Amino acid sequence: MPLEGLVNKMNSVKNILLVGVGGQGTILVSKVLTAGLMKAGYDVKMSEVHGMAQRGGSVTTQVRYGEKVYSPLIGKGMADILVAFEKMEAVRWIDYLKPDGIVVVNNYEIPSMPIATGKAEYPHGILESLKDNFKTIVIDAAQAATEIGNIKTQNIVLLGALVKAFNLTEVDWIEVLRETITEKMLDINIKAFNRGMEL
Amino acid sequence: MKRLMSGNEAIARGAYEAGVTVAAAYPGTPSTEILENIIEYKDCIYSEWAPNEKVAAEVAIGASIGGARSLAAMKHVGVNVAADPIFTYAYLGVNGGFVLVSADDPSMHSSQNEQDNRYYAKFAKMAMVEPSDSQECKDFLKEAYRVSEKYDTPILFRVTTRICHSKSIVELGEREDVEVKPYVKNIPKYVAAPANAKLAHARVEKRLLELEEYSNQSPLNRIEYNNKKIGIISSGIAYQYAKEVFGEDASYLKLGFTYPLPMKLIKEFSENVEELYVIEELEPYIEEQIKAAGIKCIGKEVIPKLYELNPEIIAKAILGKTYESKTLDVEVVPRPPVLCPGCPHRGFFYTMSKKKNRVITGDIGCYTLGANQPLEAMDTCICMGAGFSAGMGISKAFEVSGKKDKVFGVVGDSTFFHSGITGAIDIVYNKGNMVPVVLDNRITGMTGHQENPGTGRTLMGEPTTEIDVVEVLKAIGYKTVKVVDPCDLKAMENTVKEAEEATEPYAIVTKRPCVLIKGLPAPKNKCIVDRDKCKKCRMCLKVGCPAVFFKDGKSYIEQSMCVGCEVCMQVCKFDAIGRVGE
Ligand SMILES: Cc1ncc(C[n+]2csc(CCOP(=O)(O)OP(=O)(O)O)c2C)c(N)n1
Repeated sequence: MPLEGLVNKMNSVKNILLVGVGGQGTILVSKVLTAGLMKAGYDVKMSEVHGMAQRGGSVTTQVRYGEKVYSPLIGKGMADILVAFEKMEAVRWIDYLKPDGIVVVNNYEIPSMPIATGKAEYPHGILESLKDNFKTIVIDAAQAATEIGNIKTQNIVLLGALVKAFNLTEVDWIEVLRETITEKMLDINIKAFNRGMEL
Repeated sequence: MKRLMSGNEAIARGAYEAGVTVAAAYPGTPSTEILENIIEYKDCIYSEWAPNEKVAAEVAIGASIGGARSLAAMKHVGVNVAADPIFTYAYLGVNGGFVLVSADDPSMHSSQNEQDNRYYAKFAKMAMVEPSDSQECKDFLKEAYRVSEKYDTPILFRVTTRICHSKSIVELGEREDVEVKPYVKNIPKYVAAPANAKLAHARVEKRLLELEEYSNQSPLNRIEYNNKKIGIISSGIAYQYAKEVFGEDASYLKLGFTYPLPMKLIKEFSENVEELYVIEELEPYIEEQIKAAGIKCIGKEVIPKLYELNPEIIAKAILGKTYESKTLDVEVVPRPPVLCPGCPHRGFFYTMSKKKNRVITGDIGCYTLGANQPLEAMDTCICMGAGFSAGMGISKAFEVSGKKDKVFGVVGDSTFFHSGITGAIDIVYNKGNMVPVVLDNRITGMTGHQENPGTGRTLMGEPTTEIDVVEVLKAIGYKTVKVVDPCDLKAMENTVKEAEEATEPYAIVTKRPCVLIKGLPAPKNKCIVDRDKCKKCRMCLKVGCPAVFFKDGKSYIEQSMCVGCEVCMQVCKFDAIGRVGE
C-alpha cells in the first residue's frame, strides 16, 4: 500500500474527535476509520461510550493513531481534528480541539429537548464563530446524503470530508468500506464517501 | 493474527482461549458485550442471560463446582446484587477456575453511581486482576484461570468503561485444551455450614498469604525503570494515561494483580525512585495500603477522586501542565438523552404527567428517561427492583400519616424478571396501597436489546418458554391485571383511573414493542402537522418526542425521525396533526 503521506505522520500520535447526537452513526464511521488506519500499519486506539447517551444524547468517539498509542482517551486541547455531525455539538466539544486544529462541521441542526419544548433557543452564529477561530470546513452532509438517496448516509459523507481534510487519502478507503459495510448498503455508502471527498 | 478489539471482545476471546465452557451474565453497561461476543464461540461455550446477577454468579459458581472453567460478567452495581454468593464462594474455593468480571463505570456514563469495586476483592478476600488494554484483557484472563485453580480462589477481574469500550490491537492465540474436571462430592468443602465455614475462613487467610507471595512474582506486576526521579504506581486504564503523559521520563510499577498487592515489590520500587506517585482512578485503593505500610507516596492529594481520569487531568495534577484550548462565545444548550420517537414508554408517562401530584416510583431502564423534561413523571430511581419496593415503602409512609394517595411503581419487563417480582409479591402480601406497572416493551432496551425471560428466546438464539408477565402477576394474587397499549392515550388514561379506584390488588402491564426491535413491520404512516390548523398551543411538545419541535413559530414533525406512533396526534386539540403515507 502506498503510504508516503502517512509515514511522515507516523512519529507522533494523531487525535481525531467525532461528536454528534446518539443515532447519527458516529460508531460506524469510527469502525471504518480504525480499520483503515490499522491497515495502514498504525497502532490504533479508539474510545466510545455505549448505553444511556445513545438515546438521542450528545455522543463522542475518539480515535488515536500513530507509532505507539497508550491512552485511548484524550482530554481538552488535545484533538487535531474535530468532526461534528451536528452544529451545536461542535461548540459543545470545541475545547477538546488544539487551538490550531481543524473543524469539519455538518451544517445540520438537531434541536435538543429544551429547544424542542421552547425552553431554550438553538444558538445562532455557530458557523461564523467557528470560522473566526479555527480552520473550519462546513459540509452540507444532509443535503448530499438526501441527493444520493438516503439521509442516513450523512455519516459516510462526513467520513469522506474528514479523509480529505486530514489528508488521509493514501489508504484505499473504498476497499475498507467493502470490508466493513454490509453488501446491501455498500454502493450507496461508496457514493456517500466519494461525495464527501468532493465537497 | 491481529485484530482491533474492544476490551469486552477481548475478554470474550480470552474466555475462549482459556478453555471456559460456561458463562452467565445479566446485561449492564459497560459489561454487556462480553457475553454478546462469547456467543461467537457457542460451539464450545455454553452461555446465558440470567434473570439477574445473583443468578448469573450462582450459575457460574455451580459450573465451577461441577468442574468447568466458568465466567460471570456484570456491571459494578450488579456485583452488589451478586455479592451474597460471591462472598461465600470465596470461602469455599473452586474446582474449575472461576472468574467474576466486574465492569465499573467511572464518570457514570450509563450508571447510577461510580462505586470502585476493587474494594470487593479485599472485602470478600478474593484475588483481583486488572488489565489496562484489550491485549491484557485476553492474556490476563488466561492467567486468572491458572491462578484461580492453583490457589483455589475465585478471581475478581476488574475492568472499567474505558477498558471495556476502547478498542486496541490484540494478537490472537489458540484455545487451550482444558478438560472439565471430574466432579467429586465434597461436603466439607462445598457445604458452607458453620462448622465447615470456620475451617474455610482459616484456609482463606492462609491462601491470602500465598497469593501475596504470588503477587510479588506475578508476570502481571512489573517494574519499568526509566528516569528514577519520578516513580509511578498505577493499574488499569490509569497506567495508560500516566504512560501517555510521562513516557520515558518516569519509572513505573505497573500492577495487573492488585489483590493482594505485591508489598515487597512496592517497597523495592519505592526505595529506587525519588518521588513516588500513585495514579489510580476513583478511590485511593492502592494508595491506602501503601500508606498503611508506612511508605511515603502522593496520590489523592493531587489526583481527583471524582469521575474518570485522562492524560490532561494527570498532566495538570502532577506537572501543572495545561493544554491550550479555546472556547467560543456561543451558548450551547444541554442535550440530555430522550425517549426515542415512537417509544412505547412515552404514552404511559405522558398520561401520568397530566396529574402533577401523583407519586411514581421509577426504576432503571429506558423508562428512567420519563423523569426528564418535559414529562417529569417519575419521583425516584434507586436501583433495579426499587420501582416496586421503594414505592411500597412510600405507600406505607403515606398510610401511617393518614394520606390516601395511591403510589404507582414502574419497572420494565427485564427489570420485572430481575427483581421486580419480589417487590410485586410484597405489595400483595403486605397490602400496599399502590399499583405496580410493568412497562413491557418486549426487550431489554436500555442496554441494547438483549433477550430476557419474557421474549421467548435465549442468548444462544434458541426458542424457549416465554414467561408471561400477566400470568405471573395473576399467580401472585393481583385480582386485576390490565393489559393496555400505552400509545392509546384514552385507554391508558382509563386504566390509570380504574387502578386508582380499585379496592383489590390491581396491576397494569403496558404492552407494545420497542420501535428499535429488528424485524418489526415498518410503520404504516407518519404524522405531519397541518401548518394552517396549528394554533401554536404547544400541547404536542408536552409529549417530549424528539421528532416534534417548533420551527418558524409553529409545530413541526421531522419526517426522517417520525415513526407514526400517533401520540402527538392524540394530544392535539385542533386536529392539526394528521397521517401521511397511508
Ligand atoms: C443491578 C443492575 N444490573 C444491570 C443494570 C443495567 N441496566 C440498566 S437498565 C437495564 C435494562 C432495563 O430493561 P427493561 O427493564 O426491559 O427496560 P427498558 O430499557 O427496555 O425500557 C439494565 C440491564 C443496572 N442498572 N443495575
